[in-house]
Amino acid sequence: MSSTHDSHADAHHDDGGGYHFSTRGYVVGFLLAVVLTAIPFWLVMAKVLPTPGLTAAVILGFAAVQIVVHMIYFLHMNSKIESGWSMLALIFTGALVLIMLAGSIWVMFHLNANMMPVHDMRIRP
Amino acid sequence: MSTSQPAYATGGAAGPAPVFYDNGDHHPQQGTLLGFWLYLMSDCLIFAVLFAAYAVFGRSYAAGPSGVDLFDLQLVAINTALLLLSSITYGFAMIGAQHGRKPHVLGWLAVTGLLGLGFLGIELYEFAHLIHEGAGPQRSAFLSSFFTLVGTHGLHVTFGTLWLVTLMVQVSKHGLIPENKRRLMCLSMFWHFLDVVWIGVFTFVYLMGVLP
Repeated sequence: MSSTHDSHADAHHDDGGGYHFSTRGYVVGFLLAVVLTAIPFWLVMAKVLPTPGLTAAVILGFAAVQIVVHMIYFLHMNSKIESGWSMLALIFTGALVLIMLAGSIWVMFHLNANMMPVHDMRIRP
Repeated sequence: MSTSQPAYATGGAAGPAPVFYDNGDHHPQQGTLLGFWLYLMSDCLIFAVLFAAYAVFGRSYAAGPSGVDLFDLQLVAINTALLLLSSITYGFAMIGAQHGRKPHVLGWLAVTGLLGLGFLGIELYEFAHLIHEGAGPQRSAFLSSFFTLVGTHGLHVTFGTLWLVTLMVQVSKHGLIPENKRRLMCLSMFWHFLDVVWIGVFTFVYLMGVLP
């Protein structure tokens, strides 16, 4: 551990918590983001795929990939920064977001389906 | 640390001398960036709730206009391009900060701020247009959740732009001191985080909103 003293001082110098930036990283991330943005817009605006359901699934897939690309290339997320605590917080938040979104959609869909107005007025109280 | 023995160690007279693996060389790192990341995660939860509300209400038009009638995808594409460009220009500002080039940082921050203002201008134009057409937030549950979600994102961009201007003043007055580098890093996370939220907005609200 004694040999790490110099790198320790360097880490204090840029005060970055383990973040590192490079022009190449930003350019690669930007190009990936442009492609991952352009394809969903093209799919929807040119009505390429046969069914809306398929289009929705595909563009949601592109969005998920693009979020990961932004996390890695723009937010510099990896398991090393802040000794892994940033990644842990991110995973926890991701789990909460999934539970909240999936739960809301699931519960409210069933609520909507069960509370539909009855079309036959005679059986209404 | 190693000179003062803890009370329990002095109890055993014949025991071996205590060994301390913590030699005091390291200490807690600068916690601001981790704290700011935690703030962003809680902000992410706010957006998740608004997305969930939109997911529930997004098709409740109340016999009013739907996404197909209202959304102008070309405008949204321009907005997306502006925000994406502003992400990479902020990245260039961070690279300038890493190398200690102050004019470089200020120049790219200015470009980022202008792109942010362009984004806000188009969004305000879109909102004004919708309200003028009678499709304001009070028209239907769909429009209420739409304005809340997209408006909250726009409000974040507004405050991000204000913060960016403040930071430009600070950098030009005090230079690239460690405090300013730390602030630049926080705003970098904030700005890129808003771009991540926008991915969700343009996909889930606009693109999926115009699908039949």
